[in-house]
Amino acid sequence: MAGKPVPAVRVQAEDFDVAAEVERIRAGRTDIGAIVTFSGLCRDEAGSLAALELEHYPGMAEAEIARVADEATERWPLLAVTVLHRHGKVRPGENIVLVIAASPHRQAAFEAASFLMDYLKSRAPFWKKEHRADGAPGDWVAAKDSDEQALDRWR
Amino acid sequence: MRLIYFAWVRERIGLPEEDIELPGEVRTVADLLAWLRTRGEGYGQALQHPKVIRVAIDHEHVDHHESLAGAREIALFPPMTGG
Repeated sequence: MAGKPVPAVRVQAEDFDVAAEVERIRAGRTDIGAIVTFSGLCRDEAGSLAALELEHYPGMAEAEIARVADEATERWPLLAVTVLHRHGKVRPGENIVLVIAASPHRQAAFEAASFLMDYLKSRAPFWKKEHRADGAPGDWVAAKDSDEQALDRWR
Repeated sequence: MRLIYFAWVRERIGLPEEDIELPGEVRTVADLLAWLRTRGEGYGQALQHPKVIRVAIDHEHVDHHESLAGAREIALFPPMTGG
């Protein structure tokens, strides 16, 4: 088996093209049997949310995502991993995060994508602030206990 | 050493970052949080529940027992809400 893949990690303000990112992984290779993509989107919370402002810690955000992605390549036989995370203002319907895991068989790809998202939620230094549709001051989104508990199944 | 703040920690303290000379008795992350709380009202509001504050030293998560020795940049922030 070839060596572990180097994860593609990007933190950017711009939107991304999910199909183009998948194509970047599969182009020219014939060893991949399964690709799982997860897209996290901004939802409008029943019309009350105008946008989310995503603050991040430049430098650490990339480093922490890379550490988690490297761990995924240690735990599962992956052929490729991509993690993209946006910062700045994101409106309802737009992308926030993309995880792609490619492997010979589906189970590793599903599990690695799920692992990556569970860890990004609680370990990647990003913070969401709400911009409300009615113009009232928005709050910082509170972290959920369920996100921290989601890590237990990977320990 | 540089201290850097994010999200509501940054808003309550009123600064994104600052360079600070720490007193010699401030040796651990827990010491730092306790000492910063005495520096003013904004710090007090930001750090009134120190257990919820997450800390990174030089871009790596650490717990509150961690020593500050050798640290160049210490970041304080709320629990993360990315993804």
